[in-house]
Amino acid sequence: MNMLATGRPTKQEENLIMPDQTATETHTGNRALMVDEPLIFERGSVDRCGVDLPEAPVVENRLGAMDRSASIGLPGLSEAEAVRHYTRLSRQNYAIDVGLFPLGSCTMKHNPRLNEKMARLKGFADIHPLQPMESVQGALQTIYELADWLKKLTGMPAVAMSPKAGAHGELCGILAIRSALEARGDAREVILVPESAHGTNPATAAFAGYKVEDIPANDAGRVDLNALKARLGPDVAGVMITNPNTCGLFEPDMKAISDAVHDAGGLVYCDGANFNAIVGRVRPGDLGVDAMHINLHKTFSTPHGGGGPGSGPVVFSEALAPYAPLPFVEINDDGHYYLVEEETAEDHHESSFGRMVAFHGQMGMFTRALTYMLSHGADGLKQVSEDAVLNANYILRQLEDILDAPFAHSGPCMHEALFSDKGFSNELSTLDLAKGMIDEGYHPMTMYFPLVVHGAMLVEPTETESKAAIDEFIGAFRSVAKRAKAGDEDLKTAPHHAPRRRLDETLAARKPILVWKEPEEFAEAAE
Amino acid sequence: MRYLPQTPEDRQAMLAAIGARSVDELFVDVPREVQLDGPIRDLPMHAGEMAVEAHMKALAKRNHAAGDMPFFLGAGAYRHHVPASVDHIIQRGEFLTAYTPYQPEIAQGTLQTLFEFQTQVARLFGVDVANASMYDGSTACWEAIVMARRITKRGKAVLSSGLHPHYVSVCDTMARFTKDQLVYEAPTLDAVGDNEALLDQIDDETSCVVVQYPDILGRISDMSALAEKAHAHKALLIAVVTEPVALGAIKSPGEMDADIVVGEGQSLGVGLQFGGPYVGLFGCKQKYVRQMPGRLCGETVDAEGKRGFVLTLSTREQHIRREKATSNICTNSGLCALAFTAHMTLLGEKGLRELALLNHKKAVQVADRLNAIKGVSLLNDSFFNEFTLVLDQDARPIVRRLADQRILAGVSLGRLYPDDEKLAHGLLVAVTETSTDEEVEQLATALESQLS
Repeated sequence: MNMLATGRPTKQEENLIMPDQTATETHTGNRALMVDEPLIFERGSVDRCGVDLPEAPVVENRLGAMDRSASIGLPGLSEAEAVRHYTRLSRQNYAIDVGLFPLGSCTMKHNPRLNEKMARLKGFADIHPLQPMESVQGALQTIYELADWLKKLTGMPAVAMSPKAGAHGELCGILAIRSALEARGDAREVILVPESAHGTNPATAAFAGYKVEDIPANDAGRVDLNALKARLGPDVAGVMITNPNTCGLFEPDMKAISDAVHDAGGLVYCDGANFNAIVGRVRPGDLGVDAMHINLHKTFSTPHGGGGPGSGPVVFSEALAPYAPLPFVEINDDGHYYLVEEETAEDHHESSFGRMVAFHGQMGMFTRALTYMLSHGADGLKQVSEDAVLNANYILRQLEDILDAPFAHSGPCMHEALFSDKGFSNELSTLDLAKGMIDEGYHPMTMYFPLVVHGAMLVEPTETESKAAIDEFIGAFRSVAKRAKAGDEDLKTAPHHAPRRRLDETLAARKPILVWKEPEEFAEAAE
Repeated sequence: MRYLPQTPEDRQAMLAAIGARSVDELFVDVPREVQLDGPIRDLPMHAGEMAVEAHMKALAKRNHAAGDMPFFLGAGAYRHHVPASVDHIIQRGEFLTAYTPYQPEIAQGTLQTLFEFQTQVARLFGVDVANASMYDGSTACWEAIVMARRITKRGKAVLSSGLHPHYVSVCDTMARFTKDQLVYEAPTLDAVGDNEALLDQIDDETSCVVVQYPDILGRISDMSALAEKAHAHKALLIAVVTEPVALGAIKSPGEMDADIVVGEGQSLGVGLQFGGPYVGLFGCKQKYVRQMPGRLCGETVDAEGKRGFVLTLSTREQHIRREKATSNICTNSGLCALAFTAHMTLLGEKGLRELALLNHKKAVQVADRLNAIKGVSLLNDSFFNEFTLVLDQDARPIVRRLADQRILAGVSLGRLYPDDEKLAHGLLVAVTETSTDEEVEQLATALESQLS
């Protein structure tokens, strides 16, 4: 008798119902739990409402004769309909709560619910950014405590808390670099960025008014130190380096890179997107870094929320600390916390490059991140990076016999394992493998990044997966990889079992439909 | 260490499979001298839920929560009632713990809500298209100026004196680095604003004129003439909306021919949160869509011909275009956008209009009540749910003293414009559906006693 994995007998084979590929179409087009949901514009109407509001007092309007009379076209739903609408839509999403999310460079770790609960305490959630400082001492203290954690974890003397996300943090760091150079009368023009960098790095440097030049990588997937040294000179303001880098490798020459850049009068920006690999174990301040952003939504477990919000505090070296942006939280001798804003900047922080954002940053993310840090403690955070690196290396070694792993020969990886599409046949690609993983019940790994590896697949399991979960994932990955190498035609049309088959992205870009239009309006526009 | 599922046995088995004796061997590329030999000193060790909760609750308790006392602050962040179901929806794990929807076949939930969000924002603003969100209103404002520079190939932006001073600060910081020229003066305490003066500033060098609507002092003005003059000089009108609920009561910027409309969406669904995370709104005319920053969600079909949604026009974005991208933005404010769209869906047009008029009419009542106090005069002829009072003395110490009495009276202009003595007597007061008659009376009485 056959046995299930749980040790129970399977059903007699003659009584089994075989999977039916040609099952009758349903009346609705739905398949049990897989239910399509129309748009609110198709389901709701402008006179339906899901809230009850009190009567307005009877007074004359004072709207300056600007009353809005024309219809706006905003459909409403009753509360019951609205909850169902969004619940049904949510079920068409993959998420960390649903399964392993091996997205390299994104650190999709478990998002603890205690974080959510703490962020919703009324003393954090229901306070206004411009309340008198006496009335928000706890909020300022929270920012101060989180700043203290970040400084100690990175070994850096200062931190700017206001940047709204990673790329905003990069901008903060680059503006500080530029301010420092201008202050010594040495405005430079060029920022060097490795080929393997996140796209935000060159975009940030350009957004801040710099020219961007590439630094090549060597055969071991690291920055080519000699090429870098050869390019350094009086026009180079600094470098933007990701460490561990986007190939999932530590830059062993980081200190030498920093020294060379400093010797040439430049400054070193480190992209901290991969901090999860070293948190609690290595401090960027010991590597000669002048500025580094920290994605609280990666390393410190605040949720990605389908694309944000993030939070990107930036730690600074002594050289850059004076130029950090406003506002700042400080504490005076009698234990009173206060914000250094435009008003008080001259006394406390005269070289600041100014304000990057209205108000004080992502408070809701600060409370979550601090909750997470307190939960893990210094010992737990060290274990975080060790388990993240262990898990990634386990995946690397369990898959390198079946998938090309371009840098596996050079030693262990850090928190993510990199593979390429070498050896796929029948014109199958990384995209096809990714879509095959969807059918297996997984979110795919990061595809086609970093650009330095052909058909790159970057796998980051994070520390919040068990060995059992990783073994299941490896089993699925091996199976799909084998199919890709064998040229399995079916992969070209995967996914077969997701709420949608492959979507036509070319059509979407050629004729962009970015808002809903009434069908008749749409027909007119198409003519 | 409840978030770490590996057991010591698991770790040993995995090290054996890797062929390493200890985890230290996996850090071989990290020079020995920069590796720490134990947990970082001066930081606490791990703690259980109860201990962490106690710590965080003690911090939270040191703040005066808006809901616990009379509260009248606005100036770019407004306290509205958020229906309970909004928070339920954004806490669904499938939304909360999802990534950016780059794999559309398993992200239709996020993508469809973004498509609905974009449509709602475009309609609210009266423009053709909107993106999938920015960080907040202030950064969206700067991105709009950069976009206008790209479109017009000119570097002079004219900012209205009614623009939120933090927004001006953000633009000022960025413009210093990008060498854009900003023309700006702080507001004066008058009833009408500076649209007339702005008209004279628009010339053939101007890329855009940036006007907040309603403005920082609460005034509402018609921007049509500015749009006309700007367009005559091939410049753009950028409208900035920091209180989107207002657009349930007053004309949209699009109806006045604004080219780009940006705003802060915090009022709907998001809550105060001490200033963030908030959600930047960004819309424009169809003809400028390819110059927009940020993510865009678009409709398409799948291989079976079924409607579906994807992120699109990504050749504008940094992960494709790198240094030539329209912006460096990557992570945006997705979950706040979901909160915004869910709240807007619960309101619908009927609810939004009712909510807007409720805010406005209550504000009219409160303005008249406070204007009757000796030593107080109401600046505004027009306003939505926020107006400026001119006191017979410096407003800032009064706001502080009232806070000591557990009344959060508003935002003093002295806090926003610390260097401008002419504004020191100004007090911004915002009134929403959450303000009760009793709280208004408490404010009025306390203000009376301060000024007498």
